Amino acid sequence: MAAVSNQPTFDLREPGGWRRNKNLIATGLMYLAFVVILIPLCFVLYEVIAKGAKAISWQFLSNGTIPPNVMPLGQGGMGAAVVGTLEITAFAALMAIPLGILGAVYIYEYGGRNWFAKVISFMADVMVGVPSIVMGLFIFTVWVIPQGLNGLSGFAGSLALACLMLPLIIRSTFEMLRLVPNHLREASYALGATKSRVVLTVVLPAAVSGIVSGSLLAVARAAGETAPLLFTIGAVESLNSNLFSGATTSLPSQIFSNALSPYVGAEERAWGAALTLIAIAFILLFTARIVTARFTRYTR
Amino acid sequence: MSTAIKADPAKPAGSARSLSTRRPLGDRGFQLLALLAGILVLAILIGIAVSTAQQGSSWFSTAGFSGIFSTVWNPGSNQFGAMAFVYGTVLSSLIAIIIAVPVSLGVALLLTEVVPRRLAAPIVTIIDLLAVVPSVVWGLWGILVLEPWLQPIYASIASGVNGIPVLDNLFGESNGSVSGASFFTAGIILAIMITPIITSLSREVIATVPAIDKEGAYALGATRWEMIRGAVWPHSKSGVVSAILVGLGRAMGETIAAALVIGSSVQVTSHLFVPGYSIPAVIANQFGESSGEFRSALIGLGLVLFVITIIVNLVARAVVARSDRRSRGA
Repeated sequence: MAAVSNQPTFDLREPGGWRRNKNLIATGLMYLAFVVILIPLCFVLYEVIAKGAKAISWQFLSNGTIPPNVMPLGQGGMGAAVVGTLEITAFAALMAIPLGILGAVYIYEYGGRNWFAKVISFMADVMVGVPSIVMGLFIFTVWVIPQGLNGLSGFAGSLALACLMLPLIIRSTFEMLRLVPNHLREASYALGATKSRVVLTVVLPAAVSGIVSGSLLAVARAAGETAPLLFTIGAVESLNSNLFSGATTSLPSQIFSNALSPYVGAEERAWGAALTLIAIAFILLFTARIVTARFTRYTR
Repeated sequence: MSTAIKADPAKPAGSARSLSTRRPLGDRGFQLLALLAGILVLAILIGIAVSTAQQGSSWFSTAGFSGIFSTVWNPGSNQFGAMAFVYGTVLSSLIAIIIAVPVSLGVALLLTEVVPRRLAAPIVTIIDLLAVVPSVVWGLWGILVLEPWLQPIYASIASGVNGIPVLDNLFGESNGSVSGASFFTAGIILAIMITPIITSLSREVIATVPAIDKEGAYALGATRWEMIRGAVWPHSKSGVVSAILVGLGRAMGETIAAALVIGSSVQVTSHLFVPGYSIPAVIANQFGESSGEFRSALIGLGLVLFVITIIVNLVARAVVARSDRRSRGA
């Protein structure tokens, strides 16, 4: 009889009392966590849009002379920084995207189970975790120091950003290659295609939407990076559209230097530049989303 | 007899083997190109280690073991101790982890177990938005908006804990003041910045929990929370720990936001509401005006940061690998 009283009783209809309340509390806390995430995002977007919109004008975006910090808003503009950011990021993408795709092709299509491909795949993972400022120091020591002051250029900044993008693109491309069904490869081999032909004309086109959106996300992340540019692009206040020669500037670098300035004009220009930078990053992000939504063929 | 099987029927002229030995040049060239791109990853990582070690070597040799592990950082008298920066990096990252982990796990569980699919998509977009807001924008917001707002809150907390043993050491005033730019503010900003990565990594892990385990728990009459504790957690524990470690690595390496809000003061203290410094922040702030021994010390600090983040990431990988092995063995 005692054994019977030790048996737990189950109410099969509804979990009652404390068990139900605990479940409700846990679910409530999960929703609360989401609200906690929303608060800083809304807060920062509100501030950037409210304060940045005041600064933004065609002149602000196009005028190539960045005024000294003491000057009020309305003089000069951030054109030099906009051009610098676009050039540096675009050229970094031009280097990192093909190399990243090739690297992923090596790891997945050629490497398979061999140990060297595993090492490289592992190293790409490790490289994702390398702080961006270390990439800046790396390019500074191997590219800028040997050339003295001539080494400070938009191209050096592109190199640093490319180092940052490379492992991200390898990882995302690798994931996309994994999704391409094997029967596509087998069918192509059966037709007598060489491996490079299979990769270039069958596998990569099948995975293209994922590769494009993954690459765009990597570019979006790199476009907002300041740390790798601190020691690589130098600092100027006027337009330098030549990527390969002479110091240049960028939106993040300008925001960083203006944020520490006590002058109102500099602060306002920093908010304007922040809005421009966020707009660039969000455009890249949404393009990536649209590409994924519209053109994805294979998903998990 | 042997001459009779010159033409091996098992190996016709067009067999795979004979094809592979006569692969066209372009095909082999492409393979070589892919291999080189793969090797590039290795080359960059080795390059980082070698170049920073080389540039930092004069710091390592002149400061010596005791010099590096001291808390005195005085470029004017060539004293470059790293410990205050290591302390600040670890402290601000730990604060960030303590804040970010519950929030990230909550959202990851919400996405995988609670909301329906069509509601999950906009939430993921919001997390993506959070992830692409540039670090310098968080820093700008932190220094111009968050700091002035937090300052009075810190001050009232500090006066509230005045005289209470442990709490006073953590949240109290140091030298009669608290500051908006502090370890804790840096921790908050870093927490916001690492939440997206911890959320998305743990979400991936939680999504791999077999449906049969979850259905089994429900069939036994478990509530959703009991199902999460009984079926989801044991399965995804190691993956979540690894996601947290990746987030920790991110927080430690985060530069610009920390440089703007941490307060730039070289000190080791238990007080959280006072200015401090971190490794990436000091490199970012002082590199421009450095030369010689000073510059060597900053590049050496970069190597220290590189090594710390690599170790954190390797541990993250090891945690997952070990649990994979165990679950395969079971």
